[in-house]
Amino acid sequence: MLRQHCCWRWGALAQAADLNALIWCDHADPALLQPFEEANGVKVNVKEFEGTGAGMAIVEQSQPGDWDVMVIDSIDIPRGVEKGLFEPLPEDKLPLADLFPQVKMDSSTVVEGKRYGITEKFGYNTIGYNKTKVDPADMQSLAALTSDKYKGKIAIYDYYLPVIGMAALAIGKKTTELTEADLPAIKDELLKMKANAKLVGEVTASQTALATGEVDILVGGGEWVTAGLAKENPALDFSIPREGAVLWSQSLAMFKDSKNKELALKFIQYIMSPEGQARLATSSCYWGMPANTKAALTDEQKKILRFDEQPDFLARAQPYPAPNADLDKKMQDVWTEMLQAQ
Amino acid sequence: MSAAGNTGRALPWALVTPALGWTLLFFVLPFVAMGFSSLTAHDGGGFTLSNYSQFFANPAYWQAMVNSLQVTAIVTVISVLLAYPFAWILAEQVPERWQRLALMLAVLPFWTSYVVRSYSWLLVLAQNGVINRALTGSGLFSEPVQLANTRLATIIGFVHFFVMLLTLTIFANLKQLSPSYRKAAADLGAGPVRTFLHIVLPLTLPGIMVGAFLTFVLCIGDYITPQILGGNNELLMPQLVMMQIGRRGDFPLASALSIILMAVVTIAYLACARWLKIERA
Repeated sequence: MLRQHCCWRWGALAQAADLNALIWCDHADPALLQPFEEANGVKVNVKEFEGTGAGMAIVEQSQPGDWDVMVIDSIDIPRGVEKGLFEPLPEDKLPLADLFPQVKMDSSTVVEGKRYGITEKFGYNTIGYNKTKVDPADMQSLAALTSDKYKGKIAIYDYYLPVIGMAALAIGKKTTELTEADLPAIKDELLKMKANAKLVGEVTASQTALATGEVDILVGGGEWVTAGLAKENPALDFSIPREGAVLWSQSLAMFKDSKNKELALKFIQYIMSPEGQARLATSSCYWGMPANTKAALTDEQKKILRFDEQPDFLARAQPYPAPNADLDKKMQDVWTEMLQAQ
Repeated sequence: MSAAGNTGRALPWALVTPALGWTLLFFVLPFVAMGFSSLTAHDGGGFTLSNYSQFFANPAYWQAMVNSLQVTAIVTVISVLLAYPFAWILAEQVPERWQRLALMLAVLPFWTSYVVRSYSWLLVLAQNGVINRALTGSGLFSEPVQLANTRLATIIGFVHFFVMLLTLTIFANLKQLSPSYRKAAADLGAGPVRTFLHIVLPLTLPGIMVGAFLTFVLCIGDYITPQILGGNNELLMPQLVMMQIGRRGDFPLASALSIILMAVVTIAYLACARWLKIERA
């Protein structure tokens, strides 16, 4: 990482007018970046990371001003604000009115009356499945995940927050009201899921397992797994069960120490534009719902993303769990115990 | 005389300084930084031992160390048992002129990316993979067997890699062995088995131990293979360390777990130290 950082710094010094972005893999798609680069005559230097902790570590190891924009879990924006990293965004220069209202996530993206992030993409951690291998009617309830009928046919997405959120929904808890007292019951539910699971995998492993038929159901899967594979494997689908699903959302934030704030804002505006939104939503890394209702998606792309069903999905989805640091640690420990359970 | 003496004393230091500087810069300083980090609180508080006490208090963390030691021990033993005869065949049975080619073919897996190799094994061991197709196609099994995403898969991936490493160290040791030892043993009436057990094996033990130690160190600290092949159905120590960094960025706890892992490696080194000397006794 140090070496990569060294080399990246050299590049950054060589082209000081470039935009330097800390991103998730969906923003690395040339089909997304090239139109912006060509329109503005700049280069977008990107560095991918996974997990807010890893992203924050990169920032801490960098010099102030090294980075201009960052992609971040919407619920983690307050963490960046608390560290003094982000610059307030000008609301009047962003298409906030065009966003799905439920994904604006003002409780996270707005801190002390100032907007520090804007939701760019969202989706659901729910049940992803192969409709030719399972009964789609069963997938309308989270109870299927702990049923003997699907023992050994399940993979679990290896990220504790959304799957703990799903376990909470399965036992009738609201994701926004979770406390330490709920953890024993959540742990029991997770252990039941684990007993049915063949593997617990990160993005690539769980996606591959579902795509290759190693498993028929992915706990925590959703359009981000199935939509991108729709052409190769139209049998893959996702459901929003009766108990609900967990809404994930990613945001864009601008660094306070950015040396190219004007360009950074242009980049955010481009990503939030109908064209940018369509390209981001259908990125080669993973698909997801564009936050902007006016995204320039084709009819086929909208069908794959189940665009028209979003009002119903959003009404039934619950927010991503956003625990404080202490509860977050306890949730991760519950997850560790689940992984170690045989 | 004095100038020559000073030069004589300075030269060894001059020669060793780059290595010392390298070690200081890329091992000692990071290690001290990691040690310092492991004694601080995640929330930015002061000195604390809680990162270490968490490891000893949480059975799930302990289990990761137990899993790591079990997997590493199994991999090391299997790799030695496979590599020794392989190295012996290469050193003793393959004609001298073919040895270089045979050795090159033996280490061919090293030439591919570690990650690619692990994913290749995943495809081989998967439900629809080569092995399961052969098993179900031949009628031996009616249903595919779960091979991928298990501890067995992790061990297979490791053994595939480390057999090559051990073969190299044992082969080098066998080639250094003078043929006169075996001739002398034969002159004294020892058969091939007795010669091997009492002469060849003890003399190649340093090579085995060096290879086994390298296998132990590399295996216990590896993140990629268990992550790709093990299916996260159990956690090993490197996975537990990485888990602390991903979302929470808990570097103090990750540092403490890493230092505990290093302590285990140090104990393993001390246990093997008598065989790890460069010169042969």
